[in-house]
Amino acid sequence: MMYSEKVMDHFMNPRNVGEIEDADGIGEVGNARCGDIMRIYIKVDNGIITDVKFKTFGCGSAIASSSMATEMIKGKPIEEALALTNKAVAEALDGLPPVKMHCSVLAEEAVKAAVKDYFDKKGIAYDPKEFPDCESCGYCEIDKCG
Amino acid sequence: MKVYADNAATTALSSAAKTAMLPYFDSIYGNPSSLHSFGQEAARALSSARDTIAKHLNADAREIIFTSGGSEADNQAIISAAMLGAKKGKKHIISTKIEHHAVLHTLDRLKKQGFEIELLEVYSDGIVHPKDLEKAIRSDTALVTVMYANNEIGTIQPIAELGGICRERNVIFHTDAVQAAGHIPIDVKAENIDLLTISAHKFHGPKGVGALFCRRGITLTNLIDGGAQERGKRAGTENVPGIVGMAAAFEEACTNIEANAARVSAMRDRLIEGLLEIPESILNGHREKRLPGNVNLCFKGIEGESMLLLLDSMGIAASSGSACTSGSLDPSHVLLAIGLPHEIAHGSLRLSLSEYNTEEEMDYILTAVPQVVARLREMSPVWKKMQEAK
Repeated sequence: MMYSEKVMDHFMNPRNVGEIEDADGIGEVGNARCGDIMRIYIKVDNGIITDVKFKTFGCGSAIASSSMATEMIKGKPIEEALALTNKAVAEALDGLPPVKMHCSVLAEEAVKAAVKDYFDKKGIAYDPKEFPDCESCGYCEIDKCG
Repeated sequence: MKVYADNAATTALSSAAKTAMLPYFDSIYGNPSSLHSFGQEAARALSSARDTIAKHLNADAREIIFTSGGSEADNQAIISAAMLGAKKGKKHIISTKIEHHAVLHTLDRLKKQGFEIELLEVYSDGIVHPKDLEKAIRSDTALVTVMYANNEIGTIQPIAELGGICRERNVIFHTDAVQAAGHIPIDVKAENIDLLTISAHKFHGPKGVGALFCRRGITLTNLIDGGAQERGKRAGTENVPGIVGMAAAFEEACTNIEANAARVSAMRDRLIEGLLEIPESILNGHREKRLPGNVNLCFKGIEGESMLLLLDSMGIAASSGSACTSGSLDPSHVLLAIGLPHEIAHGSLRLSLSEYNTEEEMDYILTAVPQVVARLREMSPVWKKMQEAK
């Protein structure tokens, strides 16, 4: 299995690693049992994601996907963050090996989970269908991730 | 600095093996089955290689069959014993949970064909208990197959004792000695072994060649039919350069086995002691009953593949039992078999050494690994939670 140069760059020099003390939204997805956990922190001002940080436990592509996803939503309106797809993350990384596509799914879900947490905290109404849970990715069998 | 610490995956070809092989590519190229002088010269090389391999296993040359490697030898040994058993209505096979896939997947196939497969526990130190084997053997047991030493955690099994139990109960005993051969002494007679697998590239021989020891009186089943090579048990023109290279490497490894083991295990112990100083680290496998070159630890709160990538970027080649490196969702079956929870098994690191490694390389590994672990823990939400829980 070979990673693209972009994946290696984002793995070796991850952008936005860390935490935000007074984050407006925090999203955590994945399961240590399955080998990947992503936690994304966002700071929101006037509907714009002004800052974003992540912490990830996982393989090279999980770390690179988190890094890329945070770059793609930083400075963007909430709506754009919600529209971020795993495919877009994978493409921005010049592709991921097929067995690693779930890492980009986790990145998409982590962003969505952080936004959902922000909505919940602020009492902003939303359509729950827009926020699929971890199990919807279908990569891992649910019993193994339970 | 470049450090190769993945010798359980494969080793560098020794210069003795390379020198021995070279004439057999272009000067001595005859087919050993041919009657003419070209063929007979190759046949003599084959015969001498067979003698060398047999000598260092305390076997008879007629008991050595050359194969394409460890996997083929494992397959042939297991299938042969299963066929012999089936003829007598014996369809029960005993093995362990930590075997190589060459053994486990062959057993899976036999299971589909109606054999009953029983896998023994290895407990937290990775050792098979002879008492468990005694209890598991039945009147319809056709085969017991237990690896000599484990490829991931390096545990060395009590082979002589297990073989003794099988001999007493008249059950065929096979051992996959791919990781052990050339690294620790093997004596098929003293250890009551009926079938034994070795692979050249694990002891500085070439890839694509191995051997199966088959004790006289046990009839092998062919996996490859055709010509009468290997006493009719393995068809196909022999890989003469490979076989010559394997014999030269085995001769060299077995001649120096004690000195190499002492030097390599001293480096291993330095790594184990040094790396266990990293907080929340665990040694996998038995501390003493361990291959000279095997180091295997888990570092809590991080994942193995990212460790390997960072180490590789620093020039260190290692291996891991994490799911990401196995290409499946589950971490290594060996680490799960010794009772590690999934989340810890994902954070395993295997460093496997050979006599080609140096003390300077150990210094470098001892500096690099703690840095890599610290860096990954710094960005791990799991590690953060572990610290908060304290």
